[in-house]
Amino acid sequence: MRIKFQNNANKLSKKYSRYSLKISIIREHSMIIFQNVSKFYKINSHQTTALEDASFTINPKEFVSLVGKSGAGKSTIVKLLIAEEKPTKGKVIFGSYDVNKIKHRELPHLRRRIGVIFQDFRLLPNKTSFENVAFALEVAGRLQSDIETFVPQALEMVGLKDKMFNFPKELSGGEKQRVAIARAMINHPDVIIADEPTGNLDPINAWEIIRLLLKINELGTTVLLATHNKEIINYLNRRVINLENGRVIRDEENGKYILV
Amino acid sequence: MLTTLFRIIKYGFLGFWRNGWLSAATLSIIILALMVFEGMMIFNVLTKIALISIQDKIDISVYFKTNTPEDEILQTKKSLGTLAEIKNIEYIPRDKALENFKNRHKDDPTIAQSLDELKNNPLLASLNIKAHNPKDYAVIADYLNKASFKGWFEKVTYAQNAVVIERLGKIIDTAEKGGFILIIFLTFIAVLITFNTIRLAIYSNREEIGIMRLVGASNSFIRGPYVVEGIIYGLIAGIISIIIAGPIVYFISPYLKIFIPEINLWSYFVSNLFILFGYQSLFGVGLGVISSSIAIRKYLRI
Repeated sequence: MRIKFQNNANKLSKKYSRYSLKISIIREHSMIIFQNVSKFYKINSHQTTALEDASFTINPKEFVSLVGKSGAGKSTIVKLLIAEEKPTKGKVIFGSYDVNKIKHRELPHLRRRIGVIFQDFRLLPNKTSFENVAFALEVAGRLQSDIETFVPQALEMVGLKDKMFNFPKELSGGEKQRVAIARAMINHPDVIIADEPTGNLDPINAWEIIRLLLKINELGTTVLLATHNKEIINYLNRRVINLENGRVIRDEENGKYILV
Repeated sequence: MLTTLFRIIKYGFLGFWRNGWLSAATLSIIILALMVFEGMMIFNVLTKIALISIQDKIDISVYFKTNTPEDEILQTKKSLGTLAEIKNIEYIPRDKALENFKNRHKDDPTIAQSLDELKNNPLLASLNIKAHNPKDYAVIADYLNKASFKGWFEKVTYAQNAVVIERLGKIIDTAEKGGFILIIFLTFIAVLITFNTIRLAIYSNREEIGIMRLVGASNSFIRGPYVVEGIIYGLIAGIISIIIAGPIVYFISPYLKIFIPEINLWSYFVSNLFILFGYQSLFGVGLGVISSSIAIRKYLRI
């Protein structure tokens, strides 16, 4: 089924490549396409494989988990998506962007369509929660009035309205991650990518984060969750892409965490 | 566009304020660098004034025999006037020379008395010659030596002072070159220190810069606040270094006057305060802006 979508998308993109309007039609079919993607790193002429011949497609409104041990290639997929790295071989397509060909100048535009959440939160330490969330709107050139309306709403949704003017160092891990989620979703991105978002959190906070991700997904945003937390995967009962040594070894709906 | 500019400026100030300690450390280094720069500017002016005042003291005087007709002297003056090396020739007739002499010694009654006792004016008419360059005196002396009207000369002072004049000329030359090299060297050090300090300050922010890129900030939006911070550094450092320099100059000025009477450092400082401040803040702001733009480039590649 997915392969069919992908073929359709390719055909459509060839046919309508000039019309950006039509590209949004394609995006409705598939948001993220990985086509035989390989990524090699060369360190002192010694080549390591981070990802090998990975192909998959993620459709809008899906909730997809990337599962695998450390070093299986989860983070590489995330880095390729936000164009922090470029693939050695194959094609990575996000919406109307071809990550292989994207220019440095266009990167900010791509990244404003993606909300990222990391294990280490990556909040700006010198900005308050409010400013951290507002920053994502500011970089997109949004009006001050928008910021004053939407930022408190987003912080309220993650339950941090009373910590709006606290700095990250005054927040707990779970709170920091919730600020990061508010920041990730404030721009109404097409997809939210969460790279081990619960890795540094205790179980209660971890579940809180997962519930928030599910809620965001219900509201219509695609979520890509990279994790190795077995309980969470089994609870979610959504599509799971299983990675091992840089290869996709299993890709199934209603997947379970399976140790190989 | 305007909102973005406003945000960049706001974050520049916010970053400066919230990174208090780092800003203070960076600022103090830039103040030191600016004070070196300021010291250089003042040193430059001082050496110039000092050298000019020394140069002004060097001259050659040609004394004419008492029986020389005035026409001959004026003829000699005219002929000397054709030499390109000569800046200025002053003719001092015998009466004038006497008058000058009396004036100079009017506080000394014995000299006045002895002058009165003399019936004739004992002083000689002279031509006082000043050259553009201390090195030229040798050429002028040579010319005088070979001149056809040499017969009228009683004496030429160059012969007596040749060694001193030559040495002074060399000292002036070296002071000019040395001062120039010193200025370049110290300015280079000031630039290097400031650049490295700002680079370290930005290095400590490299993760934040990465985060900003990930959230979708454009390079100019990230770089902007750092450039604004650079401007703030430059301006504040300019003001503070002037404030620090004030009392120092005030204190040094009288001592300097003992060595070179023509120099009044304090009045120079006061009358050029705004120019000094302008140069300094320009130097500071330029350094801050250029350093931060260069230092941040590396972290904007992701």
